Amino acid sequence: MTDTRMDTAEGRLGDSNSHAEAPILEVNNLVMNYELKGGGMVSAVEGVNFNLPRGSSMGLVGESGCGKTSIALTLIQLAAGNARVLDGEVLLDGIDLLKLDEEEMRQRRWTDVSMVFQGAMNSWNPVYTVGEQIRETMDIHWDPKPTAAEARAKTEELFNLVGINPEMIDRYPHEFSGGMKQRAVIAMALACDPKLIIADEPTTALDVIVQEQILEELKKIQHELGMSIIYISHDIAVIAEITDLIGVMYAGKLVEQGPTAEVFKRPRHPYTWLILSSTPSITGDRRQLAPLKGEPPNLLDPPPGCRFHPRCPYATEKCMQEEPPLAEVEPGHSIACWHPESVPVTLAGSTE
Amino acid sequence: MVIKDQDSTEVLEPQIDGVETVELAEGELPESLLRVRLKLGWAGFKKNWKLFSENKLGLVGLGVILLFALMAIAHPIMRSVGPWQDDNVYDPVIGFSAPVTDFEVVATEADVVDPDSQIDQVTAQLWCFGSVAGDICSINQTPAPPSADHWLGTDPLGRDIASQLTFSTRAAFLLGTIAAVVTVAVATTVGAIAAFYGGWIDNFLMRLADLVLLLPLIPILIVVSGLFTVTMPLLGVLIGILSGFGGTAIVLKSQALSVKVKPFIDAARVSGGSNMHLIFKHVIPNVLPLSFLYMMFTVTEAVSLEATLSFFGLINADMTWGIMLSTAQTQGYLRSGLEFWWLLIPAGLAVSLLAAGFFFVGRAMDEVINPRLRSR
Amino acid sequence: MTSQNGSETRVKVENLQKLYPISRGVFRAPTDFVHAVDGVNFEIKAGQSLGLVGESGCGKTTTGRMLVKLDEASDGTILIRDSATDEMIDVTEINSKTEQKEFRRNVQMIFQDPYESMNPRRTIFDIVAEPLTVQNLGTTEEREERVVDLLRLVGLTPPEPFLFRYPHELSGGQRQRVAIARALVMEPTFVVADEPTSMLDVSIRISIMRLMLELAEELGVTYLYITHDLAVARYMCDKIAVMYLGKIVEMGPTEDLLTRPMHPYTRALLSAVPVPDPSYKRPEVEIEGGVARAINPEPECRFIQRCPFAQDVCRESPHPDLSERGNDHLVACHLVDPQGNWMGAERAVLDLRS
Repeated sequence: MTDTRMDTAEGRLGDSNSHAEAPILEVNNLVMNYELKGGGMVSAVEGVNFNLPRGSSMGLVGESGCGKTSIALTLIQLAAGNARVLDGEVLLDGIDLLKLDEEEMRQRRWTDVSMVFQGAMNSWNPVYTVGEQIRETMDIHWDPKPTAAEARAKTEELFNLVGINPEMIDRYPHEFSGGMKQRAVIAMALACDPKLIIADEPTTALDVIVQEQILEELKKIQHELGMSIIYISHDIAVIAEITDLIGVMYAGKLVEQGPTAEVFKRPRHPYTWLILSSTPSITGDRRQLAPLKGEPPNLLDPPPGCRFHPRCPYATEKCMQEEPPLAEVEPGHSIACWHPESVPVTLAGSTE
Repeated sequence: MVIKDQDSTEVLEPQIDGVETVELAEGELPESLLRVRLKLGWAGFKKNWKLFSENKLGLVGLGVILLFALMAIAHPIMRSVGPWQDDNVYDPVIGFSAPVTDFEVVATEADVVDPDSQIDQVTAQLWCFGSVAGDICSINQTPAPPSADHWLGTDPLGRDIASQLTFSTRAAFLLGTIAAVVTVAVATTVGAIAAFYGGWIDNFLMRLADLVLLLPLIPILIVVSGLFTVTMPLLGVLIGILSGFGGTAIVLKSQALSVKVKPFIDAARVSGGSNMHLIFKHVIPNVLPLSFLYMMFTVTEAVSLEATLSFFGLINADMTWGIMLSTAQTQGYLRSGLEFWWLLIPAGLAVSLLAAGFFFVGRAMDEVINPRLRSR
Repeated sequence: MTSQNGSETRVKVENLQKLYPISRGVFRAPTDFVHAVDGVNFEIKAGQSLGLVGESGCGKTTTGRMLVKLDEASDGTILIRDSATDEMIDVTEINSKTEQKEFRRNVQMIFQDPYESMNPRRTIFDIVAEPLTVQNLGTTEEREERVVDLLRLVGLTPPEPFLFRYPHELSGGQRQRVAIARALVMEPTFVVADEPTSMLDVSIRISIMRLMLELAEELGVTYLYITHDLAVARYMCDKIAVMYLGKIVEMGPTEDLLTRPMHPYTRALLSAVPVPDPSYKRPEVEIEGGVARAINPEPECRFIQRCPFAQDVCRESPHPDLSERGNDHLVACHLVDPQGNWMGAERAVLDLRS
């Protein structure tokens, strides 16, 4: 199953990228819980598997609390202190990140994997110029340390890449607009030539026009540098726009994954179908939207069987008892559902 | 078109551990809103108590305060039905009692064989004027060490220390309570009004607060006590105003400022709430916990300040812990080390313990209040 | 409720202006002003809803706040029909307490943040009943019944278990339903909704929007719906007004505006909206840079700094008036002819980065 999935993605990406080896990132059966102070475990990530082929982008999408950010934080070992990884491995270029100690992981952050967080644009230190702060990251992680000229040349190159005037290197963060600061964060994430970038809601706090510009830059970076990127977003429309692959998460589990184009064309899991059907759009029928009833489950005590069954219009007896495995419905496109045939072929409207 | 089909299966979020709420079944309305509110208040109290009781130091502080409260209650009971009924002996101010020892007066210091029963003629003049060798001189022993009659001994004037100590506890609580109430009232009102109205009102009140903060408290109180007769209630009001208007008002203003910009203030305004409604129903309830915290520290301050001022004899009160220490000092027993420990330790310890008790409770309350402020 | 003939004007805003002085110290009169809202005109018919769309800082929220009298207008008039007397009342002229109360009964607001718009120390009953309490309407029992009815109306069923919960015990969607109940408890005829769904999860969002639409129909409520999201505005509103730096640059019936955008800014905004369809071919975004602040603006088109099509006329004449280009579709642009045809260059890319 894993192999097929990989093949498909590579086949599709073959023209833009020549690497056809092992995936850059393999996540196998990742299980992560948060331990609560008063006892009890919150099942935040439950048995997640996915592969990210080199040079491609994958989007993790789901509601808040579905575990998408928990996965990202586990990958880079920055999850909260009460997070417990109970099982699984995370292979970045063949090395299991979960087995590294803190110091080894610290060295790999920025150089192997770097991240762009939602609020990152607010994390610039106001008393240093943006250039100085990027230089600092290079000084720590480059081996050998860059000379002043090297660092400047690299920063200028990065600024050009993300669409900031290189003259801004010597400016202070308050002289940057919100969108510019976020672009500079992306430049910093690229400063040590990482193999993988994790972008957690990279444009959520920004206005649409600026969001569109930054998404364009990220797309460009992926294609020009052959960068592998994981996007995390609650906004399925953003994911549709920029990713090659998509993983839909619900209540700590991956419920559907596959090539973005296929998943959007024909969602097979009821949750994906409902989410797509309930997202307002400037295209399509205006009010033919199907609402999703209820609210996400309490992960302290997740529902038995399929975690989506309390909100699923097609749930049967079986869904309440047995947990559906993630199984392929067509090459590279898999879902975790007992009744994929119930999901309508077209989106929306039927319950109106 | 109706929405009845929706969300009939709404699941409530997990509750914060330990919270109890009033459960109403479908179709059931509470018979009395007041009772519901009492129940909710009780549930909230239980939750906070759970958090508070996790702090051991806070529990110790609370224990100390309760102990002193018991002492304050004990005094009138001891005086009316207990063993301290004799006003001439146990009144904390005018009581007197001293064991009498007979000394044989001898001619010169050299003749004193047993200093416990003999005294030379010159020294004897202090107590028995005109006595000569061979006379018997009876001496009242003050201060007397603890005995069965006087559990903590007597002071240099022959007054019962235990009675004084428990009597003064009431004054300390009275002072603390007045200072606390005045601080909370002044600080929350000033802070909330300055934050809410802003502009020149804010400027005026905060500059005034800066001024109060800059005033050296003890010298001011010394001057005030020179000009007026400072009684305990007045001292409580003074301390309350000075500490309430100073630092506490500034802290509460910044807290009130962060409450003022919350959308629920706008929402209440759109509902038609007047400024007074917004201040008293929305701003103040959200800064009150912080105010209670600072109140504890004010009480700590008041208890030790009273001791200081009484020590200098600046307070018009019958008996306080400070006066007890002051008596020991003016009679010259302060420098005699621990030989007359019962004059120093009980009152000194009472001041320190009660102040520490309120302080510890304040610190424990901090832990109850602040996580909530942080996590909204 | 008042008569529901569709053409009756419920809200009419004329030349609305809000200037914020830039402080230059205590003793100096301010000389610089931010023109947060600068000469806004619109009209909302009864039972219709108008969407106010724009990027952050464009003045849409300030406009909404002036309509509910949370901010005072610097200039202009806001006429809102009073449900009791059926007269148009000028909101900017309301001063007395009784007038205020009357106004609050008629005009309400729903806030963006369902977490922060409720006092954490008050129960759901207190929150929903607050308008009744402060206006001293009804007995306690009547208020209780009214609150229960409203909670049921907004889909919190059964309502009784919610009454004495605190806001933090409810989920975001439930809280926003409570906020809607609070806004509707006094049966207002006009409600300003400031991004009521932007902080909610996608799966909750649509049911809240649908609830608002249904309630509007059932109770005859007119909305001013403020949002940054054109897709949401499309779902909620009959008419959309696009704001840029304190000015409405384009306004028209929803579908007409979305299918026939005329102002370059509307076109850019529309092309930037992400569409949940990977096969969707978007038009190129034509503008760069972010929204600035309008401090003492020059007499020129307000959009000129970001407009790739700008010509001499845009620079030399003052900001163009909003005027009709057929089908109730209004545009403020020199380069759109009276029939709504584009007269500017076919394509232009202006790069403001350098």
